[in-house]
Amino acid sequence: MAPPVQPREMGRDLARRDGPDKVRGLATYADETPVVAPLYCAIVQATIGRGAVTGIDADVAAALDGVVAVLTPDGAERLADTEDAELAVLQSADVAFRGQVVAAVLAETFEVAREAADLVAVTYRDDGHDVRLSPDRDDLYTPESVNPGYPTDTHEGDVAAAMATAPVTVERTYTTAMYHNNPMEPHATTARWDTSGGGHLTLWDSTQGVHPTRKTVATVFGLDPHQVRVVCPYVGGGFGSKGTPHVNVVLAALAARAVPGRPVRLALTRQQMFALAGYRTPTVQRMQLAAERDGRLTAIAIDVVEQTSRIKEFAEQTGVPTRTMYAAPNRRTTHRLAALDVPVPSWMRAPGECPGMFGPEVALDELAERLGMDPVELRIRNEPEVDTETGKPFSSRNLVACLREGARRFGWADRDPRPGIRRHGDWLVGTGVASSVYPTMAMASSTARVRFAGGRYTVTIGAADLGTGSSTVLPQIAADALGVAVGDVDVLIGDTAHPEASVAGGSSGTATWGSAIVEAAGAFRDKFGAQPPDDAEAEGSIQPNEATERYAMSAFGAQFAEVAVHADTGEVRVPRLYGVFAAGRILNPRTARSQLVGGMTMGLSMALHEQSLVDPRFGHVVNHDLAEYHIASCADVADLQAHWIDERDPHVNPMGAKGIGEIGIVGTAAAVVNAAWHATGVRVRDLPLTLDRVLGLTG
Amino acid sequence: MDAEIELTVDGRRRRVSVDTRTTLLDALRQRLAVASPKKGCDHGQCGACTVLLDGRRVLSCLTLAVAQDGAEVTTADGLAAEGPHPVQRAFLDHDAFQCGFCTPGQVCSAVGALDEAARGWPSAVTTDVAAEPELDRAEIAERMSGNLCRCGAYARIVDAVQAAGRDGGAR
Repeated sequence: MAPPVQPREMGRDLARRDGPDKVRGLATYADETPVVAPLYCAIVQATIGRGAVTGIDADVAAALDGVVAVLTPDGAERLADTEDAELAVLQSADVAFRGQVVAAVLAETFEVAREAADLVAVTYRDDGHDVRLSPDRDDLYTPESVNPGYPTDTHEGDVAAAMATAPVTVERTYTTAMYHNNPMEPHATTARWDTSGGGHLTLWDSTQGVHPTRKTVATVFGLDPHQVRVVCPYVGGGFGSKGTPHVNVVLAALAARAVPGRPVRLALTRQQMFALAGYRTPTVQRMQLAAERDGRLTAIAIDVVEQTSRIKEFAEQTGVPTRTMYAAPNRRTTHRLAALDVPVPSWMRAPGECPGMFGPEVALDELAERLGMDPVELRIRNEPEVDTETGKPFSSRNLVACLREGARRFGWADRDPRPGIRRHGDWLVGTGVASSVYPTMAMASSTARVRFAGGRYTVTIGAADLGTGSSTVLPQIAADALGVAVGDVDVLIGDTAHPEASVAGGSSGTATWGSAIVEAAGAFRDKFGAQPPDDAEAEGSIQPNEATERYAMSAFGAQFAEVAVHADTGEVRVPRLYGVFAAGRILNPRTARSQLVGGMTMGLSMALHEQSLVDPRFGHVVNHDLAEYHIASCADVADLQAHWIDERDPHVNPMGAKGIGEIGIVGTAAAVVNAAWHATGVRVRDLPLTLDRVLGLTG
Repeated sequence: MDAEIELTVDGRRRRVSVDTRTTLLDALRQRLAVASPKKGCDHGQCGACTVLLDGRRVLSCLTLAVAQDGAEVTTADGLAAEGPHPVQRAFLDHDAFQCGFCTPGQVCSAVGALDEAARGWPSAVTTDVAAEPELDRAEIAERMSGNLCRCGAYARIVDAVQAAGRDGGAR
């Protein structure tokens, strides 16, 4: 790893470089890539939950004026690689979940494509489906590992013995709902297949990683990666759902290859995103806590049950944060999965940490209640000296500082711990706290190129900016690494024509791409010195960080919520939500604050509203649009603030920065639920915090 | 069935042939290459497609193009014809967006909302509907709640709209 970079531009409050285009609507997203005479692709989805297509009558659809092609499992191109069953579109008659793609229409206009898709008549053999997740199922299984490669189970000491002998215990089950990422920009691709020179595929795709998408698409179609170019200057949000290519990307490419030379546009509808673009599994979390009367934990355990699809496994690492969060000599974490006839779950903002800090952080609040101890103090009392999972010291760990600073800002000190006693008019008011955590990661490989011409430096790297601010922050890193002013640096991202970069995932983007840029800048200066000639150019790649062998690395935070519950209707409002984070060097306070506030807002949304409701009779999400899958709106957010403490960590990367894209959503829901208990005395253990639950009418 | 209509889009008169099922949003995006308004849901549930139609904010995905023959459409791009609109400047100053996809709709909606308030129109949270509405945070948040933002920029959006309102953002 390169030595620390001296911050001059890093840390400055700079406005987004893409801001002026974004406020005018001139930033170009995938579905509006300027191309000549595109065809529109509309999808036909399965209307059964499991079985097979027995017949497709596309004659009426094909006869419609403007229809160019109807793609079906019978006629569609055979893919070179169908190992990833999610991506093996139109390769067999089998139906694995309701909503799966069974046909697609290409037409000259969007309206005709939609009409024709409706006219495709599909008959099925219905084999019956099973979509019910329950911890009582007798077919739960143990995955080999959990995302992205953690051990499935961990054991230390004897939790059962500690639970039997401890003076105070909590043993409860908590659940989180099924969630859909729902970025504002639906998944979209503009695709074109050119046959000249052995064939070349161009995908203007909304993706969190142009190079990973190219690799997947090349594999699926048996193409050389150099025959595929993926371009993505802007992403209208992803939150993990554009981190791995879903079926829409493959279908867009397949459709384009059916009409060589013609560009094809394929944008999922909002409804289709609920079956085809990934989601977060619902989770059932059985928590066990054992403690001495002074609050010190003697045992902590979480046993997780969640779902995956029968055709492709995704095991959310819900139990993982419990492995490192608090000290306790006896520990257990387990994950069990039900493989169901459901769409394929995938990444959603802070997979593992987000749902996995709900059960434990509410259970701690219940423990504090039983101990008669302040919940902030209880957390501080269980601060571990080293990472309880690996035994390594933390490169920096400032959870306690976040708790104390949050308590100070929030005015926690005067809090009366008794629940259900503060009534302001018709509203019951309470406050709650929870901790946040997110591991500090970097991907193994990414390369950047630095070029000097005409007095300016241009850095190219196939990175992505999903709204995170990377197109503003990467120039700050490059400027400091080169020792020049940020105004002298351009950074170009989002194109496989640039050097290969990792996916924007795991809050690792800035750390990974920034490290590559630092290496490239070092190589550039080594080669050309401070006075480079025009067209001077050098590349550099992220190097292994030996400090990861010596230290555990995570960002931490604390969130404080004030909740008001209407005494008659159960309406829940959150007048205040404060977060304090410790995430290393904050590279740009303006974009960082927006990311943290945005994460907390999504956490608030999870606490109050979000749940995808599956109808077990039909196997699909019934509330599959934004009128019924509620996300937080402007009026849900009142006084919502993100702050951070000044944390210096020379071990994580040359910038000293930890990832901040995901930690904001971690712990928020627990803080809100804990505050709702303090307001009402009703302990809700299942999300979301709907009014029937907060009034104690339902479990 | 196709129909020929005329629209004035961001100050430019445009003739365009539309399917009678074509929404105003799709007419703009797919037939006139005006991509400033975005398609987030196509069902009037998210607000990303908001434009000003004869000066009032509308959801262009719920508006049939054929019914708007002769209408004047202003997108977020059109608002910046003579440099950034005060609302756009406030969005930039307050970092009131991240991915930018909902932003053109937020901007048009904010311009419409400020104009509605200036005309004295109450909202669902206005306590005295006969009085001039006071644009406090609750009023702004209520009036902007038809525009969803998954990046969670709401707190900043309210800051921006409030600042723009002080600077005469209804323009």
